[in-house]
Amino acid sequence: MREEIIFQMKSPYRDDFKIRSFRFGEGKKTIAIVGSLRGDEIQQQFICSQLVKNLIELEKNGCILPGHEIMVIPSANHFSMNINKRFWAMDNTDINRMFPGYEKGETTQRIASAIFESVKDYKYGIQLASYYIPGQFIPHVRMMDTGYQSTNIAKRFGLPYIFIREPKPYDTTVLNYNWQVFGTQAFSIFSGDTSNINKDTAKITWISILRFLHKSKIINLPMHEGFISKTISDSDTITVKSDEAGILYALNGAGDEVKEGDLLAKILDPFTGATRSQILSPVKGTIFFAHQKPLIHQNSVLFKIIVPKN
Amino acid sequence: MIKTIVSEGLPVDERLIIQKNIIQGKKKGDKRICIVTGTHGDELEGQYVCFELNRLLNENLQHLKGSVEIYPALNPLGIDSVKRGIPTFDLDMNRIFPGEEGGHLIEHIVYQITEDLKGADMVIDIHASNIFLREMPQVRISVEMAEKLVPYAQMLNIDFIWVHDAATVLQSTLSHSLNIQNTPTLVVEMGIGMRITRKYGDRLIEGIFNMMYQMDMWDGPIVDKVTDPEVSTNGEVCFLNADASGIILPNVSHSVNVKKGDLLCKIVDPLEGKVLQEINSPVDGTVFTLRTYPVVYEGSLVARIFSAKNCKQL
Repeated sequence: MREEIIFQMKSPYRDDFKIRSFRFGEGKKTIAIVGSLRGDEIQQQFICSQLVKNLIELEKNGCILPGHEIMVIPSANHFSMNINKRFWAMDNTDINRMFPGYEKGETTQRIASAIFESVKDYKYGIQLASYYIPGQFIPHVRMMDTGYQSTNIAKRFGLPYIFIREPKPYDTTVLNYNWQVFGTQAFSIFSGDTSNINKDTAKITWISILRFLHKSKIINLPMHEGFISKTISDSDTITVKSDEAGILYALNGAGDEVKEGDLLAKILDPFTGATRSQILSPVKGTIFFAHQKPLIHQNSVLFKIIVPKN
Repeated sequence: MIKTIVSEGLPVDERLIIQKNIIQGKKKGDKRICIVTGTHGDELEGQYVCFELNRLLNENLQHLKGSVEIYPALNPLGIDSVKRGIPTFDLDMNRIFPGEEGGHLIEHIVYQITEDLKGADMVIDIHASNIFLREMPQVRISVEMAEKLVPYAQMLNIDFIWVHDAATVLQSTLSHSLNIQNTPTLVVEMGIGMRITRKYGDRLIEGIFNMMYQMDMWDGPIVDKVTDPEVSTNGEVCFLNADASGIILPNVSHSVNVKKGDLLCKIVDPLEGKVLQEINSPVDGTVFTLRTYPVVYEGSLVARIFSAKNCKQL
């Protein structure tokens, strides 16, 4: 393993800000893995740390196949993580809305530029990402429909689902989009949680990345095949929204199989405890996303349910 | 007449309410101007403009032909809790327009706002930079809308019109979303976050009355002459960013003209008493953006200068 500082910046009074990369194997730039770009992506940081731990062992045992370099950047925003902030410590900008970055621009543009310069020439790129609505997902691979994406390669992760989504204008500044545009096969992995460590979904995720490395002939680590991934898009899911606001009393979570009419959650009056709304499943399917915070606003996304096609 | 355009429940005993005030003139007319502000909860310059415009119009309804609609707070939760963004929501509100009817709460709200504004004869979207930078009164227009909108911007009594390339990400702003739907929308940037600069507000109000006069919506008194703003296409905009992290001490005031080589500011280290960087102007020009928040990191924007001549890198 070679440890390298890819970006360093002085702060007026804090310790220097340093972004570290960890490289394994030698040869072509084969795969880059990026962990937390936001300060609350603790699950993503934890998964990367476990990957680094596994790769140290694999390298020691000669299991990294010749001709391949693997790079891991576990954390790119610990200045925010150390003070419990999601976005950049100073101006609240989002590093993952700054790609491909600009080396002479504002601070987070410079950080994004340094990261992108380090990761852009790799054949494959994996980002451990988080969603803009707080909640829990079934672990899955997410790709933007840029015309460059390959669902066949994404199947190597062996995760249950590959989710393809249409990019929106604000997506054009995220790492995944720019990776694809610059020729890297890019995958975002949604590992279930964000600010809490979920050991079960974290392990599913880092094992899926090791499986990808093995199936891509980058490491030699035979393991079970995982799932036969199903490719889905927004049109395969039904969104269930809250018709009332209040305390969310959830009865189902991500991964649960539900039938039409099943009670998914109740929204309770925060003063009297009375049920304001019963949230029933409109379809038979699998809960793909479940809102996780205990308070819910009106008209918010509560669940996304995958509807099986005949 | 106060009209509620959004009302959504919050978890405990409160609703998220967005309102507008429709001021109908006493003279018959179909035209409608919308004054919009408060997308970012820390930008408050528009609050004074809304108040004063409201007061002046209501005292002079006999001169108004058509209607003026005032939306003082598109992000009421942010304004009332000193937050730039929408509390509990990750994305910048001015990056998700035109919204989605069936989307998540805020995307749904943005959709309702867009639908309400559509069809206006003019929308003026007032911003106030952020808490770090002070801006000269200016209008920002994307290149593709310049031909149509620059003549209107010139009516607004501002100092500068910045015609900029439209980055893809800016396609999700309120102004772009409305402009492409044939609702002309001007973005005003002036002053600084968390403060109100009344002289800028008064000038913009004079400009709005002038615009209404030019649009045949107002026959009351207007200023004799509005400013003749510089247009960025007649020169270049230079960006000056910090190369050191520290405390910034400015040497020039905002909105002044500077010569090439003039000292704009120093970045210093109070612990060791050292000057870390001196930033000099690379051109002759006007400082239309100046950092006022003293703490900087490497990369922090320090100033923007408009120069009618070629701009050189520092």
